[in-house]
Amino acid sequence: MAEEVKLLGRRLSPFSTRVAIALNVKEVSYEFVKVEIFGQKSEILLECNPVYKKIPVLIHHGKPICESMIILQYIDDVWTRNPSILPSHPYYRAIARFWVTYIDNNLLITIWGMMMAASKEAAKEAAGRAAEILQTLEEAFKQCSQGKDFFGGDAIGYLDIALGSFLGPLKAGEKLSNVEIFDEKTVPLLVGWAERFSKLDAVKEVLADAEEYIEMVQSMNDGVPTV
Amino acid sequence: MAEEVKVFRSWGSPFSYRVELALRLKGVAYEYIEEDLSNKSTLLLEYNPVHKKVPVLLHHGKPIAESLLILEYIEETWQENPILPKDPRERAVARFWCRFLDDKVSEMFALWMSCWTEGETQQNFMEQAKECLHLLEEELKGKKFFGGDSIGMVDIAASSIAHWLGVLEEVAGISLLDEEKYPNLCKWTEEFLKSDAVMECLPKRANLLALFQTRKQAISSVK
Repeated sequence: MAEEVKLLGRRLSPFSTRVAIALNVKEVSYEFVKVEIFGQKSEILLECNPVYKKIPVLIHHGKPICESMIILQYIDDVWTRNPSILPSHPYYRAIARFWVTYIDNNLLITIWGMMMAASKEAAKEAAGRAAEILQTLEEAFKQCSQGKDFFGGDAIGYLDIALGSFLGPLKAGEKLSNVEIFDEKTVPLLVGWAERFSKLDAVKEVLADAEEYIEMVQSMNDGVPTV
Repeated sequence: MAEEVKVFRSWGSPFSYRVELALRLKGVAYEYIEEDLSNKSTLLLEYNPVHKKVPVLLHHGKPIAESLLILEYIEETWQENPILPKDPRERAVARFWCRFLDDKVSEMFALWMSCWTEGETQQNFMEQAKECLHLLEEELKGKKFFGGDSIGMVDIAASSIAHWLGVLEEVAGISLLDEEKYPNLCKWTEEFLKSDAVMECLPKRANLLALFQTRKQAISSVK
């Protein structure tokens, strides 16, 4: 019953991509509803997320759930079949949540900085900070993967989805700011992980690549994309 | 086995208070380690190398940082007296409000900043803070606690409103939690403070007042 589950989002929003991937992982059919977030926001978005007015919003049985990582936990709670999105042990769940909070509070703003920098200096500064954070995440990968393919082990999970959705903007940021920080020399484990992540069936159709983000940035008029 | 559970905390921090309250509500015995935030212990820096902050929960020798993450861990580890609802949608709603109460760039931050700023900056923060209180007021309609009939994770996350906010208002000489405008929130504060678990580890108001007054003076003297 595809109409039971709706995802309000946009292809180029990595936050809505997170939810799309999670739904795919669980093989849940859903309707993707593209909404306006620049200028005049879609009525349905304002109704469903009056507090933040942001995507993504998951609508299930007519009721909205907001905030990408809260939606991922909801998906795991409702569709309990394997694979699980969160690890089963509370300690490893805490570790996964910790790194996602770290990514959301620290990495994302540097990626944005790299994509939108007004000057070479600003771009370099954002890239420098991003590189430091990626080093920390390289160590986190070692800790979480325990030698396996993904942060979640043999299959992707909460942390893989949270970080992986930002691969397109990260690579776009590198090209736009003319720096290389996501490379085999400095973060070999993450680079290997990214390649495996991007090829997965649950991921490849919904993960926008760097070129799409570059096009979006270059199309911007007063900070608003025109594509 | 009290020695199995340790909390690295700072007595005046509403964030470490959240952790202690959750443990007490669940009847979990623990030992706390008081941290001097101006001179952090080697252990704290070892257990929370990324942020170097309190609170940190240590369970079976494994550290967990970030107050809301610790609350989720506590809920998942000790099943007595649940602080999250069972229904997935209600859990999502509870997590949403916890995030709202924690978001550093949201209106909640404005509550804190209203007390440390002056002039037009302060006025702007106060406006944002009032919007935030209004949303929480609406969320409480018809309920004794955010968690329903008993204290839940959202109530725990909101502890700073029940106790710290009043102190900050006094230090800054402003009024935010107006009983006429926010009757639900004021009633909630009363109910919240009736709980034994809440009162057992709440820092004394007089001590908090002294702490924040010193801080306010330090900031003013820098100008």
